[in-house]
Amino acid sequence: MKRINATPYLLTAPGVLFFSALLGAPMVMTLLLSLHSYDYTLGIQDDWTLANYLDVFTDSYFYVIFGRTLGLSLLVTVLCILIGAPEAYILSRMRNPWRSIFLLVVLGPLLVSVVVRTLGWAILFGGNGLLAKTTAALGLGEVSLMYTMTGMTVALVHVLVPFMVIPVWASLQKMDPQSEDAALTLGASPFTVIRRITLPQITPGILSGSIICFALTAAAFATPSIIGGRRMKVVATMIYDEYKNTLNWPMGATLAALLLFANIVIITSANRLVERRFAKVFE
Amino acid sequence: MRRLGPLSYIFHTIFVIFILAPLAVVVLVSFTSKGYLSMPTDGLSLRWFKAIWDAPEFIEAFWFSVCLAFVSASAATLIAVPAALALARMTFHGRAAISSFLLSPMLIPHLVLGVAFLQFYSRLGMGGTSVGLTAAHIVVIMPYAVRLSLASITGLPRDAEQAALTLGASRFTVFRRITLPLILPGVAGGWLLAFISSFDELTMSVFVAAPATQTLPVKMYNHIVETIDPLSASVSTVTIVITFVVMLLLDRLYGIDKIFIGKS
Repeated sequence: MKRINATPYLLTAPGVLFFSALLGAPMVMTLLLSLHSYDYTLGIQDDWTLANYLDVFTDSYFYVIFGRTLGLSLLVTVLCILIGAPEAYILSRMRNPWRSIFLLVVLGPLLVSVVVRTLGWAILFGGNGLLAKTTAALGLGEVSLMYTMTGMTVALVHVLVPFMVIPVWASLQKMDPQSEDAALTLGASPFTVIRRITLPQITPGILSGSIICFALTAAAFATPSIIGGRRMKVVATMIYDEYKNTLNWPMGATLAALLLFANIVIITSANRLVERRFAKVFE
Repeated sequence: MRRLGPLSYIFHTIFVIFILAPLAVVVLVSFTSKGYLSMPTDGLSLRWFKAIWDAPEFIEAFWFSVCLAFVSASAATLIAVPAALALARMTFHGRAAISSFLLSPMLIPHLVLGVAFLQFYSRLGMGGTSVGLTAAHIVVIMPYAVRLSLASITGLPRDAEQAALTLGASRFTVFRRITLPLILPGVAGGWLLAFISSFDELTMSVFVAAPATQTLPVKMYNHIVETIDPLSASVSTVTIVITFVVMLLLDRLYGIDKIFIGKS
C-alpha cells in the first residue's frame, strides 16, 4: 500500500489556507451578492434572483458599454500588434549597447505607476496641452482628446505595448537568425522573408501578447477613468461607479462577475487555441 | 544577420518618442513656475517640489506604500518559497490544482478582486484597515513570488543536496545551508517584483483603501480625478526618478530582460 506523503501538503498549506480564506471567500461572496436585488431606499435585499443578470442582458445601456469595452480591447490589441511586434523585431536586430539601452527604455515604463503614465497623456491631451497648441498652430483649431475613444486608445496602447514587445522578443530569441539569411541567399525578397520565415516563427509570441493586451484592456481602470471620465464609460469604470457612487453593490457584483467570466473564457480559449495550433513551437 | 534599413530606424525613433513623451511631459510640467499646468517656458522653478513638502499627505502616502509593499512582499515570499519547493520537487495529488490556485490572481482582473475585498472586509467590519489592505496585496502579488521561486528551484541540480543528505545532514540543515543559498537570487528577484507590483497597485487598492490608509497611487489617483495640477506632476516626477534608480539597480543586479522576459 502506498503511503501518502504529507510533506508537500504541509509545505503548500500556508498558501492554500491563506488563499481559501482571502481569495476563495471574497470571490464566492461577490458571486452570491450578484444574486440579490437592490432597492434604492431599503438597500440590499435578502432574496435570490437573476434579475441583475436579466437587467444587463436586456438594457441597451449595458450593451453600449460592453460593446465599447470590447471594441476598445480589440482596437488596442491590434494596435499593440502593429506597433509592438515590429519594434521587438527591430530591437532584436540591434547591436549592443543600443539593444540593452532601448530594451530598458521600452520595458522601464512598466515599472512606473499607470497613474503617472496616464497623467502624462492627460496633460498632453488636455485643454491647455501640447496637442491642442500644436493643432491650433496648424490651423486645425484646438483639438482635445480628453473624454474620447481616441484618447483612451492612445493612452492604453502606451500602457500595454510593452506586454506585446516582451513575448515577441522572447520568441525572436528562440529563432535561428540564419534561417532568414538562408532565405535571402536563395533569392527571396526581404518582404517574403518577413512574411514566410519570420512571421510564422513569432506568431505564438504575438498571440500570447494579444491575450495579455486584450485581457488587460478589458479590465483596465485607471486610464479609462482618467482619460475617458464619465463621458466614455467602460465596464471597469461602470463597476467603480456602481460600488462607489450609486452604491448598487449587487449590480456592481453582477457586472464584475460578467467581466471575470468573459475574461476567463477568452484567456483560456485563446490559450487552448495557441497551444493546439502551435504546440510544436512551444517545445 | 541582416542590417536594419532606414525605415526601421524611423519607426524605432517614433516608437521611442511615443514611449517617452508622456513621462517627459510630466517631468517638464513639474518645473513650471506658474500656478497652473504649463510648460516651463520662462525659467525653471522648484516651487511645485516645495509644494510636496508642504502637503505631507503625499509623503505619508509614500511611506505607507513602502511599508505596505515591504510587508506584503516579504509575507508573500515566505508563503511562496515552501509552496514552490513542493510544487517543483514533489509529485502529489492535487499538485496541478494547488499550483493554478496559487497563480490564479493573475487571471482575475484587479478590479474584480477589489470589489470582492471591499465587500468581504466591510462584512467583517475591517473595511479600510491596513491589515486588510496588506492581506489583499499579498493575494495579488503572490503569483510573482511563486513564479520566480518556481523558476529558480526547477533549474537547480540536486547533487549537492543529495551529497549533504548522504553525509548525515538533516533535511532542514540541507535547506538552510544548501538549497536556500542557491535559490536566493531567484527568490530575491521574486520579492522585488512583488514589492514593485504592490507599490504600483492601484485598481484593487482604490476599493479597499480608506482615507486613512491611502497608498501613493490611490492618493495620486484621487488627486488627479479631482484636479490635474502641477503638484500631481511634481509628485509623479519624484516617483519617476525613484523608479529610474530602482530600474538601473535591477538592471545591474539581474538584467532587466531576465526579470521581464525570463531566462534567455
